[in-house]
Amino acid sequence: MRMIIPRSLDEAVEAAAAHPEATILAGGTDLMVSANLHGLRPEAVIGVRRVPELAEWEGRFIGAGVTYARMERGPIAALAQAARTVGSPQIRNAGTLGGNLGTASPAGDALPILAALDADIVLRAAGGERSVRWDDFIVGPKKNSREPGELIIGARLPDDIPDRQAFAKIGFRNAMVIAVASCCLFRAEDGATTVALGSVGPTPMRPRAAEAMISAERSPTPAALAEFQRLVSEEVSPITDHRSTEAYRRTAAGVLARRLLERVLG
Amino acid sequence: MIHLTVNGDPHSAEPGPAESLLSMLRNRLGLAGSKDACEQGECGSCSVILDGELVCSCLVLAADTDGSEIRTVEGIADGDDLSRVQEALLAEGGVQCGFCTPGFVVAATHLLDTNPDPSDDDVREALAGNICRCTGYGGIMRALTALREDS
Ligand SMILES: Cc1cc2nc3c(=O)[nH]c(=O)nc-3n(C[C@H](O)[C@H](O)[C@H](O)COP(=O)(O)OP(=O)(O)OC[C@H]3O[C@@H](n4cnc5c(N)ncnc54)[C@H](O)[C@@H]3O)c2cc1C
Ligand code: FES
Ligand code: FES
Repeated sequence: MRMIIPRSLDEAVEAAAAHPEATILAGGTDLMVSANLHGLRPEAVIGVRRVPELAEWEGRFIGAGVTYARMERGPIAALAQAARTVGSPQIRNAGTLGGNLGTASPAGDALPILAALDADIVLRAAGGERSVRWDDFIVGPKKNSREPGELIIGARLPDDIPDRQAFAKIGFRNAMVIAVASCCLFRAEDGATTVALGSVGPTPMRPRAAEAMISAERSPTPAALAEFQRLVSEEVSPITDHRSTEAYRRTAAGVLARRLLERVLG
Repeated sequence: MIHLTVNGDPHSAEPGPAESLLSMLRNRLGLAGSKDACEQGECGSCSVILDGELVCSCLVLAADTDGSEIRTVEGIADGDDLSRVQEALLAEGGVQCGFCTPGFVVAATHLLDTNPDPSDDDVREALAGNICRCTGYGGIMRALTALREDS
């Protein structure tokens, strides 16, 4: 196995261009599970843990190397809430935003935040940089549109992020769980509401009809809340697996979205 | 060949492909204090401090530790004298089979080094990634609570 440890972003981009087949390694919390338990044996690895530029977080641009431990203390409440639910302190100290995007699991806890904010994912290769919207980046369960030789540099969020925001997830117990269903919700002063859900479809998803319906309600009545919950449950497309059933996830998605809306409406 | 510092001492090793830091510590550097129970980040028995951060050594690629500083459970006792975390765990029945103990010792030491006066919630949170199947956690919590009141 060939190991390359770049010390700057330029070095990392050069390494990725010279070894497009190499596996990019950040915190290792997904990759090393594959190595230990599923026999993953990469030919070449580019370890980006020490690239200082990737760990930067400037305003609305969050570097791929920012860890959950930092997101937990960061200024975006819904992202901080999501980061706090990830694994354990040991996992949050190592795991990164770029790793969550790289793995592109339907249960990735940072992903609903990016989806609800229509974030762009920024990639860089020797030829230059490109931005792709979250839904053109995460294209299927554990599938993304990164090209060989490209590095995920980070995620760019919009300038205006509503203060009313929340994240919650359902799992079997308090610590160390992968979401059975997760939800993130933002509501602007004028009522415009965006919602994204995780673990209830092949990728993070937006219940567009529910969003449109509740965005038109300035002061939602109980009937409007119930309709919002019903629409969210109707729009998700969960599967049954070892963690939960399709029916439970469908119900949970609606309940979670409604509770978060009630929470932000205070 | 990689070079790293473990508990203040320089070490060199030739890790295998996809070998974890945990495996390198135990099988190449003769430091078997960090325990191997799950190899998937779930149990915390392999916890070490890597460049100042508490992590699971089973999830660190050994080849990616070239130039790093690592502190393991072997670096916590003061010569033949146990550290105050180790003493407190013994005194309060926080050790039974002892398999989880090295991970708890490293995590608790790191907590007290970075937050000398943690609340009960801080302690619970800091140890949430360490699993013990024997003690029921009561003894472990009592041990750390005692240390906090001491300080
Ligand atoms: C015990 C445990 C509990 C967990 N709990 C949760 C949880 O609650 N919620 C959750 O969402 N996840 C959880 N995870 C999964 C994991 O921690 C996250 O997905 C994390 O974000 C992965 O980040 P990493 O830096 O460790 O990624 P790595 O394992 O280093 O990499 C993951 C993937 O991303 C790619 N990659 C990483 N960085 C880049 C980059 N800059 N450019 C291009 N590709 C890149 C890698 O090539 C690889 O394919 C858990 C994992 C464990 C072991
Ligand atoms: S052996 Fe590393 S967390 Fe269990
Ligand atoms: S004392 Fe046996 S696992 Fe904790």
